[in-house]
Amino acid sequence: MAGLSPSERRLQKELMSLVKEPPPGVSVDPDIAERNLLQGAAGTLYEGERFQLQFKFSNKYPFDSPEVTFVGQNIPIHPHVYSNGHICLSILTDDWSPALSVQSVCLSIMSMLSSCKEKQRPPDNAFYVKTCNKNPKKTKWWYHDDSV
Amino acid sequence: MNVDDDTLYDDSGNETSGDDVDFVIDVDNASNKELHSYDDEYQYEVLSTDDIVQHMVDCIKEVNTVVQIPLTTTRILLNYFNWDKEKLMERFFDGNQDDLFKEAHVINPFKKVNAVKPKISNKLLGTEECDICFMVFPPTQMTGLECGHRFCYQCWNEYLTTKIMEEGVGQTIACAAHNCPILVDDQTAMRLLKDPRVKLKYQHLITNSFVECNRLLRWCPSPDCSFAIKVSYVEAKPVACRCGHVFCFACGENWHDPVRCGLLKKWQKKCDDDSETSNWIAANTKECPKCNATIEKDGGCNHMICKNQNCKADFCWVCLGPWEPHGSSWYNCNRYDEDEAKAARDAQEKSRAALQRYLFYCNRYMNHMQSLRFEHKLYASVKDKMEEMQQHNMSWIEVQFLKKAVDILCQCRQTLMYTYVFAYYLKKNNQSVIFEDNQKDLERATELLSEYLERDITQENLIDIKQKVQDKYRYCDGRRMALLDHVHEGYEKDWWVYSE
Repeated sequence: MAGLSPSERRLQKELMSLVKEPPPGVSVDPDIAERNLLQGAAGTLYEGERFQLQFKFSNKYPFDSPEVTFVGQNIPIHPHVYSNGHICLSILTDDWSPALSVQSVCLSIMSMLSSCKEKQRPPDNAFYVKTCNKNPKKTKWWYHDDSV
Repeated sequence: MNVDDDTLYDDSGNETSGDDVDFVIDVDNASNKELHSYDDEYQYEVLSTDDIVQHMVDCIKEVNTVVQIPLTTTRILLNYFNWDKEKLMERFFDGNQDDLFKEAHVINPFKKVNAVKPKISNKLLGTEECDICFMVFPPTQMTGLECGHRFCYQCWNEYLTTKIMEEGVGQTIACAAHNCPILVDDQTAMRLLKDPRVKLKYQHLITNSFVECNRLLRWCPSPDCSFAIKVSYVEAKPVACRCGHVFCFACGENWHDPVRCGLLKKWQKKCDDDSETSNWIAANTKECPKCNATIEKDGGCNHMICKNQNCKADFCWVCLGPWEPHGSSWYNCNRYDEDEAKAARDAQEKSRAALQRYLFYCNRYMNHMQSLRFEHKLYASVKDKMEEMQQHNMSWIEVQFLKKAVDILCQCRQTLMYTYVFAYYLKKNNQSVIFEDNQKDLERATELLSEYLERDITQENLIDIKQKVQDKYRYCDGRRMALLDHVHEGYEKDWWVYSE
């Protein structure tokens, strides 16, 4: 692994362990390189659905949080997920820690989906999607609801 | 800047009130202490970031002899109370301590945290894996706080650097583990950081509120300067930072003699509020003759009805007199000389005159400010000239007069600039007439000096020019002093009456 920067080296290791022993309900799409992960849903409101998450890493990763969005045809309908794929989740910005990983982000998102009681978009969805920056990390999120 | 690890906290993290005595460093006796004075009697001290940290630590320790909690926690609490020690003590001993720590967003140091066990990598016995870079290290290369989360030194450095440089966080940096509330104490942060630039920034961040809340301390307002000035009493006097910037200690603005801080502030607010706007207003609008509301006429006939709901005056746009006598002849106003219309126009003239007056002073003020900016270019060109002259058989010492001349030119411009602020608010009396004469004199001399400096200096006229420039700058300097002395004397003897 000579010649790799520390952030590349870490990503390489993360990818290897995700391919080797993925957490339940998570799989890596080997065709779309290390940046894409597929996520099957658990036995909940989203049972049987499949979602695609996109991770973008800066060269400051893991000190800088990854940019995580839902992509593809099926964006989950959830009070913390906007229809453009942006996710309101504190560990993706303010509460990010370099000790977190792609795996722990996936697990957090899974648990966020699993604890949902009613499928609906965030109340400000239409306005947000129209006005937001392409990069969800540019949004100053206001984490108002910790229950789901 | 060389930052020594040991200077942050000199006791080894063991806060017992008894042995503090051994460690007290009396900053006033520090060997590098230099007292400065820009003018004769006002003394001050320029503090480096290290000195400020030391002052802050002394202050924290004083409180800590009583409260006995970790130094960093004390710092955060003091911060929360704007460095009011009494207030902190009161809340600490009288109120609910749990609430206090929660309000200040710091964890209660009396609560024990359950330390996690270090993760022992199973590949190699006796080594640990760093949860950030996923590399395996011997335990000596790993470190952590009392919570037990351990990371390698390199990742700690990187983590702290990102927090400090990218996010500008210094007051409270928590452990790098997810959801761990344990704070990185100042001493550990300084130990883990490598880059002196980052260390400096960190010290700046943690001392910022200490300086801002302390009346006797002030950051040098010059961009990117990390020095602060310490005085023994607050007064509107010039202080010179080690970076070269000279400013007023009381208000932090550029040194603004002869005008005083309060008037300058008022003036700056006025300029910010309306200088551009008022230009436009003067050119394009008239005021309602009854309520003075500003009106822009963008079409229609000359019969005006004021839209101000409390006014609704009918008047003629041309003569500004009441509309009524105009009757039905609204295309033409031939009532120009009638008394009422004349009175209305007089009133208008008055308010316009006030505006004109403001613009007069504002223009001159701005003009000197502008020139002052150009003079800094002059320094560069004068430097070239000085080098050229040295090629023409003049010694280094012989050409120094040019730099001195530019120095004085800049001082004169700066003083002149602020005399217009002073003059704007000044009511006319015998002394103000003398002041204006002084001002006129200084202005003329300054412009002449400026002109001399812009002239080409050739081999032939060198001696002549040198003589003239020297005479001129000595005269300017003298006139500047005379003007300032006169104003200061006026402050003492209460000559000055202000109009607003």
